[in-house]
Amino acid sequence: MFIKQLSVFIENKDGRLAEITGIIANAGIDIRAISISDTTDFGILRLIVDKPEFAEKALKEAGLTVSLSNVIAVGIPDKKGGIAETLAAIADKDVSVEYMYEYIVPNSDHAYFIIRVADNEKAVAALQSHGCELLTEVK
Amino acid sequence: MENRIFNKEMECMSRKDLETLQLERLKALVDYCEKNSAFYAKRLAAAGVTADKIKCLSDIEYIPYTTKDDLRDTYPFGMLSVPMEKIVRVHASSGTTGNPTVVAYTREDMENWSEQVARLAMAAGATESTKVQICFGYGMFTGALGLHYGLEKIGATVIPTSSGNTEKQLKFMRDFQTDAIVATPSYCMYLAEAARGMADKYPMESYNLKYGILGSEGSTPEMRTEIENHWGNGFFCTDNYGMSELNGPGMSGECMYRDGLHINEDHFLCEIIDSNSLSVMDKGSTGELVVTNLTKRGLPILRYRTKDITNINYDACKCGRTSARMHKIIGRSDDMIKVRGVNVFPSQVESALIGINGISPNYLIVLRREGYSDSMEVRVELIDGSLLDRYGELVKLQKTIHDNIKNILGIEIKVSLVEPNSIERFTGKAKRVLDLRNENK
Repeated sequence: MFIKQLSVFIENKDGRLAEITGIIANAGIDIRAISISDTTDFGILRLIVDKPEFAEKALKEAGLTVSLSNVIAVGIPDKKGGIAETLAAIADKDVSVEYMYEYIVPNSDHAYFIIRVADNEKAVAALQSHGCELLTEVK
Repeated sequence: MENRIFNKEMECMSRKDLETLQLERLKALVDYCEKNSAFYAKRLAAAGVTADKIKCLSDIEYIPYTTKDDLRDTYPFGMLSVPMEKIVRVHASSGTTGNPTVVAYTREDMENWSEQVARLAMAAGATESTKVQICFGYGMFTGALGLHYGLEKIGATVIPTSSGNTEKQLKFMRDFQTDAIVATPSYCMYLAEAARGMADKYPMESYNLKYGILGSEGSTPEMRTEIENHWGNGFFCTDNYGMSELNGPGMSGECMYRDGLHINEDHFLCEIIDSNSLSVMDKGSTGELVVTNLTKRGLPILRYRTKDITNINYDACKCGRTSARMHKIIGRSDDMIKVRGVNVFPSQVESALIGINGISPNYLIVLRREGYSDSMEVRVELIDGSLLDRYGELVKLQKTIHDNIKNILGIEIKVSLVEPNSIERFTGKAKRVLDLRNENK
């Protein structure tokens, strides 16, 4: 019910983001979704890629601190209020959302989001009973 | 462990009697130096100090400090105060930077040195029935022969295996049923690891090792616990302190209570000074240790600046000794930095980082001037990716590091998490401080 997300620790230095995405490009990996959260000193780069294990290896070999974890990729009907309804389904079960970002699937009538929640299992149950589509692999 | 005291008269003396003895010995030493040491005669005359000027112990402050440079500048025998035929032993330091420092001993010096070591070794558990393996390298270094003579003085059975040849060391340890070991903390740990590596052939129960008398390099309480756990079977180790300029090992050492290192105060008069102002600090303060060897005659040393940072506790110890106890060395005055008026040692930051998971042991202190005030940043490498999943975990780690360091230093700092291997590695002595306070912005 999950897909793999890469998290990369990254210092706030000029050109660092370009260097890291360059490492991924050189390894022949396709980035499908990207998000960055940052403070004044460091950031965490989050990526959905076509070959996550391979990307993790390439980044580790480049000396970076990386982790691979399970996140929920949920499909939401592309209509007004779609996001609000879906998030309400999670909130009703008292599961908090830590962060989310958009994940684009070409030629789809659904909008997809990566959602990191405090309790994966509870959130999955809530979304499934709400009738949401959950991705188990990168489309 | 049996609590035995080698020289009750000297080690359990009242403070009043001790100070009377120290004053008497100090006067005699100054008088001796004026008459016998060309080096000190000149220096004392220049400072206007004579033996009759010393009326109380604090009058020692009239005497100028001696430094390692004095010994180097007079290499090899310029500070000797007896003719060579009176010298029975010479030792030297490694001299990694410049001339080695040479020290020399008369027969009387050797006797005093052995007495000093015997007291510390007994405080550390040695008795006449102890079989002790000395795993320090013999040679110009004072450690091995210093312990050797002190342990023989107690009547212990000395096994001078020297350093190296680990398998042979362990064979003797099993076959002789060695009770105690003299070694550096790192070699003691290495031997334990090697013993564990052969445990299928020779189980750990085949060793009878009870005590470790460790020295010649510093160790943290965490390291000590690790060494003890590695040997197991109740192995107990103590730390001792000394330096070749002050005879060698023998100045101070821990007893079974391990609450500071007992100083042989009838031989060593200790002061704590501020390394910047060079003034003597109040009792109990933390600062640079300055030592006068009251009884040494071959190569006397007055007010030697050890560059080691510690503090001295004058309270009596549970073991019965009344001798003052010095704290394990906290840092080196050469490494000391001053931040917003507070003395900071990189080793304090290091100890604050011990035991925190997810980071490498490498760190860098960056000092800046912001307005009229100093700021201190500590950079630490994040190596554990599992914390990245949740941003809150990183913030928590940053806060733990911050709080640990702030508690130890008592000043506000900033912690920065940086990428692995982004802090420069050094093969020799690590550079831990980047001081940008005097850079133009």
